Amino acid sequence: MTSVATQSGPARGAGLWDRLTIRTKRVVWAWAFLAVPIVFYAGIRFYPTFQAFWLSLTDWDLLRPASFIGLGNYEALFSDPLFWRVFRNTFTYLIIGTPVSLVIAFVVAYYLDRVRFMHGFIRALYFLPFLTTAAAMAWVWRWFYQPVPIGVINGFLGTVGLPAQPFLRSVDQALPAIMATAIWAGLGFQIIIFMAGLRAIPTTYYEAARIDGLGEWAILRKITLPLLKPTTVFLVVFSSIGFLRIFDQVYNMTTNDPGGPLNSTKPLVLMIYQTAFSSYDMGYAAAQTVVLFTILLIVSLMQLWVLRNRA
Amino acid sequence: MRSRTRLAGLVAGISFLAVGSAQAVEIEYWQYVFDSRVKAMDQLIANFQEANPDITVKHVTFPYADYQTRVVAAKVAGQGPDVVQLFYGWLDNFVAGGLIQPLDPEIFPHEEIESDFFPIVSAMKRDGDYYGLPTAVRSLALFYNKALFEEAGLDPNKPPQTLDELIEAAKATTKRDGGGNITSEGITIGMEGQDHHWWREVLIRQNGGQPYSDDGTKIAYTDEVGLAALKFHAGLHTEHGVAQPGFMDEAQAAFRAGLAAMTIDGTFRLGSFAENPFEWGVAELPANADGTRSNYSSYFANAIGALSEGEELEAAQKFLAYISSPEAMEVWLETVGELPARKDVALTEKNLSDPTYGPFLKGLEYAHTTRFVDEAAQRQVMIDMENRIFLEGQDPAEALALAAEEEQAILDKFYNK
Repeated sequence: MTSVATQSGPARGAGLWDRLTIRTKRVVWAWAFLAVPIVFYAGIRFYPTFQAFWLSLTDWDLLRPASFIGLGNYEALFSDPLFWRVFRNTFTYLIIGTPVSLVIAFVVAYYLDRVRFMHGFIRALYFLPFLTTAAAMAWVWRWFYQPVPIGVINGFLGTVGLPAQPFLRSVDQALPAIMATAIWAGLGFQIIIFMAGLRAIPTTYYEAARIDGLGEWAILRKITLPLLKPTTVFLVVFSSIGFLRIFDQVYNMTTNDPGGPLNSTKPLVLMIYQTAFSSYDMGYAAAQTVVLFTILLIVSLMQLWVLRNRA
Repeated sequence: MRSRTRLAGLVAGISFLAVGSAQAVEIEYWQYVFDSRVKAMDQLIANFQEANPDITVKHVTFPYADYQTRVVAAKVAGQGPDVVQLFYGWLDNFVAGGLIQPLDPEIFPHEEIESDFFPIVSAMKRDGDYYGLPTAVRSLALFYNKALFEEAGLDPNKPPQTLDELIEAAKATTKRDGGGNITSEGITIGMEGQDHHWWREVLIRQNGGQPYSDDGTKIAYTDEVGLAALKFHAGLHTEHGVAQPGFMDEAQAAFRAGLAAMTIDGTFRLGSFAENPFEWGVAELPANADGTRSNYSSYFANAIGALSEGEELEAAQKFLAYISSPEAMEVWLETVGELPARKDVALTEKNLSDPTYGPFLKGLEYAHTTRFVDEAAQRQVMIDMENRIFLEGQDPAEALALAAEEEQAILDKFYNK
């Protein structure tokens, strides 16, 4: 009985496969290959994401089994003054960091594009910080910002007769000081992308504009910027997500008092990290993650929508 | 017939395996990475295996930042260490999470523990059970830079003995540039370092108070006593200008660089200060005007993992007994520089007269141990308290009240769980 089945099995299967059209076979093959990354993503990305949504409704602390507490974590979060402080910090990083970094990157790319002398070398110099480990870079900047006698910046201020600045030891200056490092770190990447975008604009447009007697400013406004829009959209979204998720620079520049002084530099991701891995309050941390996820989603969709509609 | 043979074979196989495991038990020991500690433990394991050839100890280490998470994650995954190192302040969490098991009083009799170890071992006791034993203990002392003392015209062999002398010495050794910026501190300051222990267990007690209620559930520093202690500590910067918060990034960095005349730190710093390119000394923490002294002591203990049972449990008990033995403590003192947790091993003539270990050992005799529920969070409260005074100009009394409120919330959250 079994032997009959095993003999006829492959024959019947082959028959079924043979009956399919080439088109269908192709589709089946395509899906067979696509299934691998889909299964991988579902298991590694989507499943944990949904798990986090569930966790945010529990009081799991790693040690004891989780129990369902409804929206308790969200209620606690929205009434936590620390959350609103962190929320404000995160948006300060975003709202100041993104435009400033893009303007600087564009100006550098715009002029660098015209430089012929040592062009490759200068471009490499700008790109170098992007290749450097964020942690190492943050530590170097952390020492730059120190008070005298070791802080380079304060040493310079001292020699030109200006008063020393507290930088990282100040509730007002610490956030801008860290943001400057983050902007500098991401600049190389943005410059390269802007330059690729500038190169992609056909030179015929510029030639035509010059023949028509348009000035440099008009060319920039009427031709370069509009045609650079896809690049700009990409960079705005990319850089916004980067600033919303800022962590490395803040954590490494303030390890003695993470996110300090007095939480003045703490972004949402650092709060999540501390809630989860220092206080082991996994449910509460998951609720914060869901909020971050929602913010990222809304901001990204809004930017795509705004920048698309203006075309 | 056939099945019976098979059964016989199975039984034979199982008994063979059982005999095999009885001959060689492997247990796991977990601790965090710290060079000298790893080296000392490797040596202890080698000694132990030589004496117990049937037991193999696998030494597993993790970076400090991940350590607790790894222990917890291992428990969740149903596997974990047989013997595990933990900070005394983590005990409540480890017990609540079922990560460790109580020590069997037949093998570790309570009377012996209480008579042989320093009294601070009681921090490992919960509901009548001991959960772990330390190899070494730590205390605080005043480190001072003899070269800077001499330069300032002070006697390098007479470190300050009282808090008033401390201020005087700090004033004499502070250096400033033309702009008034400190270029070399008299004493380091920073609640993120050991100062929060100094404030809690030493300065508050020297002012006649205590940091927490006797059962540890209530803050007890909100009165005048706490305020006096805070004003003294913060005053090092605000009143006397002999300390600069954040100077050289960290207190220990400032001292190592020879840019701080004094710093308060623990035994565990002896190793890294050994290579300082200048002469330095150690003194007992300064007394108050009445001569009252206090100190803060802490330790890492070794405990037996909750999942250890049967032969592994027996081997783990043997190993724990060995690493808490006088012999192990001497190895630890030599290699790591941390003080033996047994009184008779620590308080020898040789150790007490040692210029480096002596002051720490004297401190142990009157030391207190804080019962932390979330050390990082409670330290953060202290950091924020002083930052409000230093950076936002808040009144010390207000800063103290706010800190007490924040820390009480942390305690409540833990004890009301």
